[in-house]
Amino acid sequence: MSRATVDLVDYDEAVARFDPVIGIEVHVELGTRTKMFDGAPAGFGEEPNTSVTPVSLGLPGSLPVVNGTAVEYAIRIGLALNCSIAQTCRFARKNYFYPDVPKNFQTSQYDEPIAYDGYVDVELEDGTVFRVEVERAHMEEDAGKNTHVGGATGRIHGAEYSLVDYNRAGIPLVEIVTRPITGAGARAPEVARAYVQTLRDLFRALEVSEARMERGNVRADVNVSLRATPTSPLGTRTETKNVNSFRSVDRAVRYEVSRQAAVLDAGGSIVQETRHWHEDTGSTTSGRVKSDAEDYRYFPEPDLVPIAPDRAWVEQIRAALPELPAARRRRLQGEWGYADAEMRDVVNAGAIELIEATVAAGAAPAAARKWWMGELARTAKEREIELADLPITPAQIGALQGLVDSGRLNDKLARQVLEGVLAGEGDPDTVVAARGLEIVSDDGPLLAAIDEALAAQPDVADKIRSGNLGPVGAVIGAVMKATRGQADAARVRELVLERVGA
Amino acid sequence: MSDLTRLSAAALAERLRSGEVSSVEATRAHLDRIAAVDGAVHAFLHVSDEDALATAADIDARRAAGEELHLLAGVPIAVKDVVVTKGVPTTAGSRILEGWLPPYDATLVGRIKAAGLPILGKTNMDEFAMGSSTEHSAYGNTHNPWDLTRIPGGSGGGSAAAVAAYEAPLAIGTDTGGSIRQPAAVTGSVGVKPTYGSVSRYGLIALASSLDQAGPVTRTVLDSALLHELIGGHDPLDSTSIAEPLPDLVGAARLGANRDLSGVRVGVITELQGEGYQPGVLARFHESLELLQRAGAQVVEVSCPHFTYALAAYYLILPAEASSNLAKFDGMRFGLRVEPSEGPVTAERVMGATRGQGFGDEVKRRIILGTYALSAGYYDAYYGSAQKVRTLIQRDFAAAFEQADVLVSPTAPTTAFKLGEKLDDPLAMYLNDVATIPANLAGVPGLSLPSGLSDDGLPAGFQVLAPAKADDRLYRVGAALEALLEDEWGGPLLAQAPELEVAR
Repeated sequence: MSRATVDLVDYDEAVARFDPVIGIEVHVELGTRTKMFDGAPAGFGEEPNTSVTPVSLGLPGSLPVVNGTAVEYAIRIGLALNCSIAQTCRFARKNYFYPDVPKNFQTSQYDEPIAYDGYVDVELEDGTVFRVEVERAHMEEDAGKNTHVGGATGRIHGAEYSLVDYNRAGIPLVEIVTRPITGAGARAPEVARAYVQTLRDLFRALEVSEARMERGNVRADVNVSLRATPTSPLGTRTETKNVNSFRSVDRAVRYEVSRQAAVLDAGGSIVQETRHWHEDTGSTTSGRVKSDAEDYRYFPEPDLVPIAPDRAWVEQIRAALPELPAARRRRLQGEWGYADAEMRDVVNAGAIELIEATVAAGAAPAAARKWWMGELARTAKEREIELADLPITPAQIGALQGLVDSGRLNDKLARQVLEGVLAGEGDPDTVVAARGLEIVSDDGPLLAAIDEALAAQPDVADKIRSGNLGPVGAVIGAVMKATRGQADAARVRELVLERVGA
Repeated sequence: MSDLTRLSAAALAERLRSGEVSSVEATRAHLDRIAAVDGAVHAFLHVSDEDALATAADIDARRAAGEELHLLAGVPIAVKDVVVTKGVPTTAGSRILEGWLPPYDATLVGRIKAAGLPILGKTNMDEFAMGSSTEHSAYGNTHNPWDLTRIPGGSGGGSAAAVAAYEAPLAIGTDTGGSIRQPAAVTGSVGVKPTYGSVSRYGLIALASSLDQAGPVTRTVLDSALLHELIGGHDPLDSTSIAEPLPDLVGAARLGANRDLSGVRVGVITELQGEGYQPGVLARFHESLELLQRAGAQVVEVSCPHFTYALAAYYLILPAEASSNLAKFDGMRFGLRVEPSEGPVTAERVMGATRGQGFGDEVKRRIILGTYALSAGYYDAYYGSAQKVRTLIQRDFAAAFEQADVLVSPTAPTTAFKLGEKLDDPLAMYLNDVATIPANLAGVPGLSLPSGLSDDGLPAGFQVLAPAKADDRLYRVGAALEALLEDEWGGPLLAQAPELEVAR
């Protein structure tokens, strides 16, 4: 596929001369058992067009009924985003013809969202906290999925025919819309990425969605505009659709800033349009132009009565909200006594859950951090996998540290045991036994080794005896070497001093 | 002609219960009647002989086995073709659904089947229930049994004609602006539009969701009450369904038949009489009022000033909702699919070609009207204003029901007009529903029963309206007036209808 070359301005140059403003719409598929408006299962990976009822197929005569659990999940999300929950709100029909929309209208919410006027604090990698204002969170239904067959690109253009799977049609969605995010300056891509990541973590903590990006459970549309200075009026924005990974969110903002800067530099103007995101090239291309021709003819959905969440119910949901990720991070940092920088590294490495579980398995927080952020982080990096995907469990690390704490392993041995566990040799105990790595606690072999070392250097014993303790280290070293590191250095020292009669 | 087809549903049910007649006999008699007269009347789009007889045989067997059956078990019924019936063609009078076999039953059809009423078939209607004459059916006109050159009303002309021509004792209609009541009026039959939410809409092919309501079409008020109780009541599949039990409708009809309306306040709506109403229709209306008064009712005049705007508001709200409800008919999943004769076969072009060929002119007219009314920049002026008028009409009703227990008017301004007479004049056609539309806009129930023959020898209708959820009042007053009128006439009005020529 050939694409016309696009002029781009270097990102740093672009943000030196323009102030980027972003806005993000995040759709999350709720993990309810059934769909938004009917009893069809809201599963994933079923045979095409099997998770359907007359309602999700939009058959004549069928009527929607609101899924109460979806409403509860939407309220949970709203509360977690510090939103007000509507006293009463309605669904509306968004009318447009497209084969993946079975009724040729999407049942959504228009001017009466269930949640509005909230915010979420987003922590950037360096610890800066950036507040993103949330305009609204509303409920709607997902569309079906089109597969275009016969074309070169999998896109509709050039396809011979298209298939539609309505299993996804009617899956409950909550769409969260930010207000224009200003003040991020050059860090706009980073803020965008952190915001989407924060929401993903929130959805998981709230248990409203599996929130798996790769399955499209969470999808982001990214709006970008440029203006001359932070006090200038907002520029014309573009909306890049379906940017579905954290990294892509960052890249898409970056690309649009560079592209728009080039257009403006050349004296052009930005067209208000939707744009497609291309993961392979890291670029966007023009989709459809948003104009007056696109008129969704919204009106209140007459098939559904308004939703008036009982206030007591809302308060009950609020009271039952789980601890949210940011609060949890603060609590754990306090409990663990980590410095800010240490905690940030832990968060950025995605190690919170691992450390929490390791601590629960008996390890001291400092030791748990040392393992996960040290030896294991290095190993994960070497293997190019996530920490959580290493073939070792927090319980195993807890057990390993237990062996160190009880004096059965020293640091060096412990690292060897870790190697064994990572190599699939079993739990730490098993590896210790199999590799014979335990510290030698019997004085007999140690004394033999000490005698041998002293015999090799006759003057050493005299020096020590005369009060020069310098050479003790050399003797300990020789003993450690002789026992292949399996000796307790402190005990060896005691024995050496005893032997020479110092 | 078999006497069985002349019986009311209540009387037929009695004979079935006593074992005097079997359901198979009764069903066959009606199927024979359909075969004999429907060539001339064309009330049916589809006749389900085999299914109906199978249900009848099953009911007979269960009755013989001593099973406790529904009161109406074994009594045949006809269903308007806008109601979804599993495995039975359901076209809503439109080409665009030709050949579609629904994979599910409407809730009310499920209830009819559970009660064991043999379904004779599906009745003709204006396409997607848009019309007042059944002339907008894609499958030909239905003829008024009183005069085959005249319209049977609409959109439910098929159901009304089927009942009036003794092809079925019971029928299901739907009423968005008068589609049950106006056909009942012009065919001398009885029809009830229940309170909005009284009967489930699940499985009714939607015209205007906030106005549509299914209801009974019968020859007697008691039969309507029996059928309303069968199909009504809460349905969890319809979010707008009322979650309370129905009032005692059959009891109210039996009470009314005592001809005593002492203490009942009857409000005559000033705005629904006078100019535009045929003199004979008004004369019958006033004679009926006198009868009510003689039965002890207190007749008062009430004003509903905003009813003047009802028709205008209705013709914005209905097309707006319809334009969206009918969007699903696009050739992608079910029904007619037309590929463009030349050029690329894209989804958009298939949708366009399918809708272009599949919809009739009236449907297109209303889709265009509705699409316009909902357009950005016009919404407030049209749909928004119409909804405000709707609120005012609801307030008019509320105020009127402070002064009266029921409100009354002629059902339709005129008797049945000639086929073709108003086909090219949509506004004249729309005016037929001027008296029935306010009830739909307010969600209140309404009943139409025959008030006699107008000067032209054709039936006129008398409409009774009650507050929402007080449908029982319709049946009490309706049954009383029916009894009083039949005392005057010496029998049902339909007995005065000319005999139809029977095909051999």
